[in-house]
Amino acid sequence: MTAETSFSQAPPPEATRRSRLTAQRIRSAWIFLTPMMLALALVAGWPLFRNIYFSFTDASLTNLGAAQWIGFDNYYSKITLPSGREITSGLLVDPEWWRAVGNTLRFAFLSVGFETVFGLIVALVLNAEFKGRALVRAAVLVPWAIPTIVSAKIWAWMLNDQFGVINDVFLKLGLISEKVAWTASPDTAMTAVLIVDIWKTTPFMALLILAGLQMVPKDIYEAAKIDGVHPVKQFFKITLPLIWPAVMVAVIFRLLDALRIFDLIYVLTPNNAQTRTMSVAVRENLFDFDNFAYGSAQATMLFFIIALITILYITLGRVRFDGGK
Amino acid sequence: MAVPKIIWRIGFWLLVAFIVFMSVFPFYYAIVTSFKKPSEIFQVSYWPTSFSLENYKSVLTSGDFLRNIWNSIVVAVSVVALAMLMGITAAYALARVRFRGRGALLLIILGVSMFPQVAVLSGLFELVSGVNNFGTRILGINLSNTHWALVFSYTIFTLPFTVWVLTTFMRDLPMEIEEAAIVDGATPWQIVSKVFLPLMWPALVTTGLLAFIAAWNEFLFALTFTSSASMRTVPVGIALLSGSTQYEVPWGNIMAASVIVTLPIILLVLAFQRKIVSGLTAGGVKG
Amino acid sequence: MARIQLNGVRKSFGDVHVIKGVDLDIRAGEFMVFVGPSGCGKSTLLRLIAGLEDITSGEMRFNDQRVNDKTPSERGIAMVFQSYALYPHMSVYDNMAFGLRLAKGEEAETRKRVERAAEMLQIKQYLDRLPKQLSGGQRQRVAIGRAIVRDPQVFLFDEPLSNLDAALRVATRLEIAKLHHDMGKATMIYVTHDQVEAMTLADRICVLRDGLVEQVGTPLELYEKPASVFVAGFIGSPKMNFFSGAHASPLGAHTIGVRPEHLLAAPESAGTWSGQVAHREVMGSDTYLYIDVGGPELITLRETGISGRNPGDRIALTPMAPHYVHRFNEAGRPV
Repeated sequence: MTAETSFSQAPPPEATRRSRLTAQRIRSAWIFLTPMMLALALVAGWPLFRNIYFSFTDASLTNLGAAQWIGFDNYYSKITLPSGREITSGLLVDPEWWRAVGNTLRFAFLSVGFETVFGLIVALVLNAEFKGRALVRAAVLVPWAIPTIVSAKIWAWMLNDQFGVINDVFLKLGLISEKVAWTASPDTAMTAVLIVDIWKTTPFMALLILAGLQMVPKDIYEAAKIDGVHPVKQFFKITLPLIWPAVMVAVIFRLLDALRIFDLIYVLTPNNAQTRTMSVAVRENLFDFDNFAYGSAQATMLFFIIALITILYITLGRVRFDGGK
Repeated sequence: MAVPKIIWRIGFWLLVAFIVFMSVFPFYYAIVTSFKKPSEIFQVSYWPTSFSLENYKSVLTSGDFLRNIWNSIVVAVSVVALAMLMGITAAYALARVRFRGRGALLLIILGVSMFPQVAVLSGLFELVSGVNNFGTRILGINLSNTHWALVFSYTIFTLPFTVWVLTTFMRDLPMEIEEAAIVDGATPWQIVSKVFLPLMWPALVTTGLLAFIAAWNEFLFALTFTSSASMRTVPVGIALLSGSTQYEVPWGNIMAASVIVTLPIILLVLAFQRKIVSGLTAGGVKG
Repeated sequence: MARIQLNGVRKSFGDVHVIKGVDLDIRAGEFMVFVGPSGCGKSTLLRLIAGLEDITSGEMRFNDQRVNDKTPSERGIAMVFQSYALYPHMSVYDNMAFGLRLAKGEEAETRKRVERAAEMLQIKQYLDRLPKQLSGGQRQRVAIGRAIVRDPQVFLFDEPLSNLDAALRVATRLEIAKLHHDMGKATMIYVTHDQVEAMTLADRICVLRDGLVEQVGTPLELYEKPASVFVAGFIGSPKMNFFSGAHASPLGAHTIGVRPEHLLAAPESAGTWSGQVAHREVMGSDTYLYIDVGGPELITLRETGISGRNPGDRIALTPMAPHYVHRFNEAGRPV
């Protein structure tokens, strides 16, 4: 009756007349929000709109101003040659694009999947009480703290085919019989990218899950212990359901991050069709291949693909963003 | 059949050792490499074999690396300051005032913070080059030699993140303190500046640090909107670091540069460990 | 000094109606206590008077001026919060001076008023300290001091003693009573769920129940002439005994209420009710006997001094005098 009925709770009913205090607060709120909303409109809203616009034009990098409206041609067009042959072109029938989409999805699901499992393991370890836990937690943070480009370079060096430490170790252990060009070979490039990404982002996952774990009341475990519940069963029946909301939130954040991956792939495995993701394809078309309009069409499609996946995830997974706190 | 306790203990400590090893080995290896003499670089060694500063000397004296570090600092500090300035008042409005459309606004902010940045690349490019042209033709200033484009474009991820995290922190401040200020006759601006701001320092440090790291690490915009080598930020500088010939990758220099830019961040992160973890969980956003 | 009138005041949060139409006239300079069980709306009513909540419908007047739309500072109120709500980053002095500084008061005048209030509350030596360096009782004084320096027309207290331990609570209660005396012209409204606080502090008590006023009156009126079974049970400690059914019919009402201090042990033949002592509590000055007369609840009897009766003893009870018997009808209203 004291805190529950505060003015920052349920919305006022239509009938309530706003007092001067409320009116003043609401007016101030909008004034306070204006700079942020303007900034976001300018830096996100307008460029997104222009991007979508460009995707319906023949804009070229060197002369954006001369862009002409060409409708859906960047997405799909069909030309009938005098010989009667039909030629289709555009994003929707572009195998390279769909390959990039496939690469992105494969990368995102594999990396987030592994990260979740590893993150869960690391979080469970960090949640146990043992000597030197603080040191271990500090160590776990290191990969997260290293800038992506730097970790890409360090791993590129470690995965180097001639002088890399990975090949050295694997040869000594007899895991491989000859040196492997991890980042350049089509068979292993995706694996290399996955290894680096999982290494780099597992700490983030672990920390978010750890926060969820620490909110589980200790007496639940004690009760389970007294009841003689097996630790493995205890994990699947008690711990996992309780931290599930936190895991779901962590997964969506990581998934969105993985779906837009650019920097790691650009640096670690440049010009490799096996790892070219949607973002890499967009940038190449925009600035390297002078297909500005086509790149914009790809970017538009990327935006909607990611939006679709997000909406599906949130509705199917019933994600509650306050559940992770 | 229960597994003996001792096996559990051994297994647990092996797991801990493995986690620690995996976490720190790559950076350790980068440090070891960076101190090697250029002639030794191509021999794999697991322990420090020599201590040579040659790589460091070479990366700091040749090229634009120092200049790149400066660029990164200027851009990251400016964008964090800007995001904070706009973020604090916005967070107050979102956390403490009940108004129509608040839920939708929060959703938009969350949406923008998770935005695929490549989707605005072409629009931003048009905007940036438009403004740069305007500067050159009308004002006679070469704006492409300033950091404005990066500071501007980085707002797309620092601002929503800052607002989101500060909102969750601001929500937790006791309501009665705000009401006491209202009774004392404070306006919303006075509540923010005189009562909440001094209470928010820990949150501001956390948020600022995370936004700083995000700006420090950014690559896509930095690669796209910097025209000359002298305007590059650290990630672009390292990614494009080249040797004397096109086919020779200067691994020694790259490792030295990597250590230089990473060490301060790692120290910062370790020093503010607790705050960072609380910020990450409050925002649930990648830093 | 302000007279406060509430006319048909209602407050809803969405579909939840918290205050369901309250008419109340608080006299200028009066010490009014809102009391009731948790969830009765007493704090909400206080916050409506403070101006921290919007009034859904109805009218509120301060000295015949409509104040529905006025902000808390325009209403000239000061409020002492349950959690004290001191600004943690400001010294005691700055805490107390904050409001005056916002009002652009002269610094010399501000200093004078803060020091006078600090003197009154004996917190002068703490003016440079931060709230976290003070004990709970000292913080409470600072919170009261912050209210005093504003020289308000109306003082509002929201359960100000609930965070203090029992001994400190009694001492602070006395001080608040003294404060009201010293600041004779200010109207004070005080919210509590503790009927002892209500009885000891109030000029008049307003008992609230489920968003409505149950009874308004002086402590004695409420004690002697409760307007309902609810008020009768709420005011007084230990709680009033209620008899119903066969136990009430000899006295000609649906429900009969007699306070524990108004019952007498009588000879077996002369008793109105009889039963067995179930339990005994010796307080020193008094003894409480809990007697099972066959009703749904045990009947409490207060005997002065140390009673010689033991659990298991048979006992007959009778009211001390006819006017101590409260008669209520089926609706819980007095007959």
